[in-house]
Amino acid sequence: MTVLAVSNLAKRYRRGGKPFAAVDDVSFEIGRAETLALAGPSGSGKSTIARLVLRLIEPDAGRIDFEGADFLALSGAALRARRARLQMVFQDPLAAFNPRATVARVLDDPLRIHNIASRAERPRRIAALLERVGLDASLASRAIHEISGGQRQRVAIARAIATRPSLIVLDEAVSALDVSVRGQILELLLDLQRQERIAYLFISHDLGVIRAVAHRIIVLDSGRVAESGDARAVIANPQSAIGKALVAATPRLTRSRP
Amino acid sequence: MNRLRRFLQTPEAIAGAIILALLIVMALAAPLLFPGDPQAIAGPALLPPFQDLSLPLGTDRLGRDVLAELFHGARTSLAVGLAAAAAALLIGSVVGTLAGFAGGLVDDVLMRITDAFQTVPGFLLALAFVSIVGPSLGVVVAAIALGAWTGPARVARAEVLSIRERDYVAGARVIGMHPLEIAFREVLPNALPPVLALSSVIVAAAILTEAALSFLGLGDPNRVTWGGMIAEGRTVLRTAPFLSVVPGIALVLTVLGVYLAGEGVVESTAVRRSLS
Ligand SMILES: Nc1ncnc2c1ncn2[C@@H]1O[C@H](COP(=O)(O)OP(=O)(O)OP(=O)(O)O)[C@@H](O)[C@H]1O
Ligand SMILES: [Mg+2]
Repeated sequence: MTVLAVSNLAKRYRRGGKPFAAVDDVSFEIGRAETLALAGPSGSGKSTIARLVLRLIEPDAGRIDFEGADFLALSGAALRARRARLQMVFQDPLAAFNPRATVARVLDDPLRIHNIASRAERPRRIAALLERVGLDASLASRAIHEISGGQRQRVAIARAIATRPSLIVLDEAVSALDVSVRGQILELLLDLQRQERIAYLFISHDLGVIRAVAHRIIVLDSGRVAESGDARAVIANPQSAIGKALVAATPRLTRSRP
Repeated sequence: MNRLRRFLQTPEAIAGAIILALLIVMALAAPLLFPGDPQAIAGPALLPPFQDLSLPLGTDRLGRDVLAELFHGARTSLAVGLAAAAAALLIGSVVGTLAGFAGGLVDDVLMRITDAFQTVPGFLLALAFVSIVGPSLGVVVAAIALGAWTGPARVARAEVLSIRERDYVAGARVIGMHPLEIAFREVLPNALPPVLALSSVIVAAAILTEAALSFLGLGDPNRVTWGGMIAEGRTVLRTAPFLSVVPGIALVLTVLGVYLAGEGVVESTAVRRSLS
């Protein structure tokens, strides 16, 4: 079953007065419990695709179907309600939260906004979410800046799964983490995918990480799809020039899963 | 405690804090020390200061106790100054946040309105407003706020413009938060520090504006104000200059105290920020 279907997506910006395409005629699909990786050099349009899919910015052309319905047709309250099913984890977990927030508040917001639990019930839900991502429930009362980077990214994942989404967009979600922490977070993501059948749109410039978690891959070059296919197959034997360059730039690919 | 110590580092901040503390004590103690009506006749007219122990600062043209008037005037000055500044900061933050966060047409309209208010001198605006609506404490507060909210609005807008691009605002949208909640609960509190840094200047200006309005007879007639006292004393400036000089000094010290204390607060938070 297809969770997300993107077709002929385009986004143009102006650079030095001249329009250029940050995303140009990109199409892909993501199935249930599937991980699709977006790879490509810096500036190839990965984050722009993520923001388009999340309706943080509007496309100039193309179509986005989410859970079988036209996602671009939604607006206002209907769009906000639908957002429960489509979540995001950012690269920098410190920048992703209000600097004044506590862990409890960060997790309380989605539960409150989408009426998932009554006020009295929410503290229990928050504790359960924290335990689900491998954190101690006592962390709830801490301020966001008082916990470690790895813990923070776990809180970000807890927030993303609070509304039981079918798709999570992860834009360089493990890139800022230490190698050891990175492995644990990737394990957590794989575990969540198995248990909750969540699909991931997984953006990374690290082909080693992509090979460990992704089923399929799209390689982008200047906003266009250079090649796509089974993640292991493409990484083992890239066809496009940009794919070859990316593989060549990742020396530790001989190692296997994290 | 630590914060207080850091605040009291410079002599200017200490001076400002002492003046402000004295002023607040005066304002709070006024009804206790001088329980009667400060506008009632207390002795012979135009009694010079330091002649009668029960009337240490003497009396004015109508025989009213100058010291009692001074204390009750502190009450008015402080109340009007703080209320007007609070109103100006509130209006300014809300307008600036809406303009910066909404962008587009809303931003254009709100900023044109801000421009319009800013081109008219605040004092003229207050003067016109009080002349039309009539002098009372609430109207004076509103009139002063009317001319003082544009500065906070501009600062708040500039700050919101930079904050709204941060990841956490995108994160709030992704979890489906309502735009108004994002603007006022997620963005506005983080935009406040530079806006609040304006408060000492605004309070000081508000106190001066109130005094000027009272001087022109546009203050609340049922309250003693320093501006009103100066105006009263003006008619006998040659024979009894202290009637204008005493409230004048009080006014200058107050404005100075508010300003110095405000600078001290800004400085101590700036030091803290650069240390952390
Ligand atoms: N708001 C914007 N205005 C103008 N140009 C933009 C804007 N956002 C992105 N771009 C441009 O669009 C292109 C794609 O940017 P994008 O952020 O999607 O790249 P990316 O693949 O995520 O890169 P990175 O790996 O460095 O994160 C870049 O050339 C970028 O400069
Ligand atoms: Mg990016």
